Amino acid sequence: MKKKHLITRRNAIMTGLTTFGGIWLTGCIKKAPPTYGNILRMGDALTYTAQRTLLPAQSLVKEYRHSDISAFPATGTTNPGDPNRRGDYETPYSDAYEKLHSGSFTAWRLSVEGSLTRPTTYALADLKAFAPRSQITRHTCEEGWTAIAEWTGVPLHTLLHESGLSNNARYVNFYAYDGYMESIDLLDALHPQTILAYGMNGQALPVAHGAPVRLRVETQIGYKSVKYLQRIVVTDEFVDNGDTGWSWYTGI
Amino acid sequence: MTDSPVITAQPQAAGKHSRHPVWVRLTHWVITLSFFALLYSGVEILMVHPRLYWGDAGNDLTPALFELPISRNYHHQGWEKAQPFFSSASSPVSASRTYEIFNQNGWGRSLHFLSGWVLVLTGLWYLLSGIFTGRFNQRLLPERKEFNPRLWTTDFIRHFHKVPLVQEERYGVLQKYTYLAVIFLLFPIVIMTGFTMSPAITAAYPFLLTLFGGPQSARTIHFFVALLLVLFLVAHVVMVARSGFKMQMRSMTTGK
Repeated sequence: MKKKHLITRRNAIMTGLTTFGGIWLTGCIKKAPPTYGNILRMGDALTYTAQRTLLPAQSLVKEYRHSDISAFPATGTTNPGDPNRRGDYETPYSDAYEKLHSGSFTAWRLSVEGSLTRPTTYALADLKAFAPRSQITRHTCEEGWTAIAEWTGVPLHTLLHESGLSNNARYVNFYAYDGYMESIDLLDALHPQTILAYGMNGQALPVAHGAPVRLRVETQIGYKSVKYLQRIVVTDEFVDNGDTGWSWYTGI
Repeated sequence: MTDSPVITAQPQAAGKHSRHPVWVRLTHWVITLSFFALLYSGVEILMVHPRLYWGDAGNDLTPALFELPISRNYHHQGWEKAQPFFSSASSPVSASRTYEIFNQNGWGRSLHFLSGWVLVLTGLWYLLSGIFTGRFNQRLLPERKEFNPRLWTTDFIRHFHKVPLVQEERYGVLQKYTYLAVIFLLFPIVIMTGFTMSPAITAAYPFLLTLFGGPQSARTIHFFVALLLVLFLVAHVVMVARSGFKMQMRSMTTGK
């Protein structure tokens, strides 16, 4: 009579496979922006997949001449350190930002952390020490208007590689002083024209446009270009902040 | 009269109405639904910024081609004092907006693009079926004698006569040219100008910016072509009503 094993080979293999499958599946789900069962978010997901499949991801956006620079509205938060706006729901007030602003941003530090071998904190002068990139590009607002400006800054890919970008990294998350948060995938993060801008039209970046440093994601709609940067976090998985009612990917 | 290229204004011959194949009926109604969703969301998007421009850049601080007298909701505090970027007198400026406009673009844009997907994919199905079943050739391609401006004029005038119009197997001259313009001109332009407003698509295909003279020109063209499509929709429904609403609706739904 055969001895009855507590753990048969078949059981072991099946348990192993289902466990692995479970981990792999949940990992897979977390790696994509969720649709929350919302048909509009499903459409957004289709656009994201289609654009990533059909469009060459590293195509450069059109760069304009200096004479093409246009008037530029400052919208959304236009000064997170404005004491007159304390308690304002639309433009959240930040005490920390007001202090940094009054000190001409010398105390400002940008923390680049997460899925990196060398997480680093940069002062404004540290960012300016990298070879700068200047580009005259078009800002496309979801409202329907466009504006052209020259942006000067450090390419995001420079900072990410400098900080030892992990091979598992997939998303880059940006946190701002006005409480705003956005994330982009690694393709847009490593795009040659995705920069952290500290200069606008040859001057220091004005407060209304996101001083001291803002993100420029030229391949997407304006609201992805986070102003008043505070912290950059690289993650292997999608950081879910719930359905904001707005499309996460806005290359269209 | 069967060889006449013009729809005859004669009493209806029994059973002579057009019978549409199932792919025509299906694509017709899916496209109709997605067009309504695009129109609804398109109006919402336009309401957020009802100013139209020409060229690459255009915003509240630059002159508009024209501004539509439709809602942008509350305007109260307006703009802070404008600051010039450069020292020259004609320098472009920056100004801060001191209010947040009522903005429903979150769902508006997503609905617009979702229904855009439905329209484009169904449109492709219709286009390929129309070409490969030979239906475009049979029904839409004008005959040699239909390249005749006098015929167009008489057919145009005939549409305003009080006698009922009769839809036959064969389309009228004006009907053919209108359908051709809608399928091969207006829809391709409205889709391509839509693409021209996208930063990612224009990065990959910069010729779109050259073709339409910039994203703001594309937006303005997008608006006017959409208006023409609405005009077509109205004329189409009027013609359907005048040539026997019940019969036409039946032939486009059940195919009987």
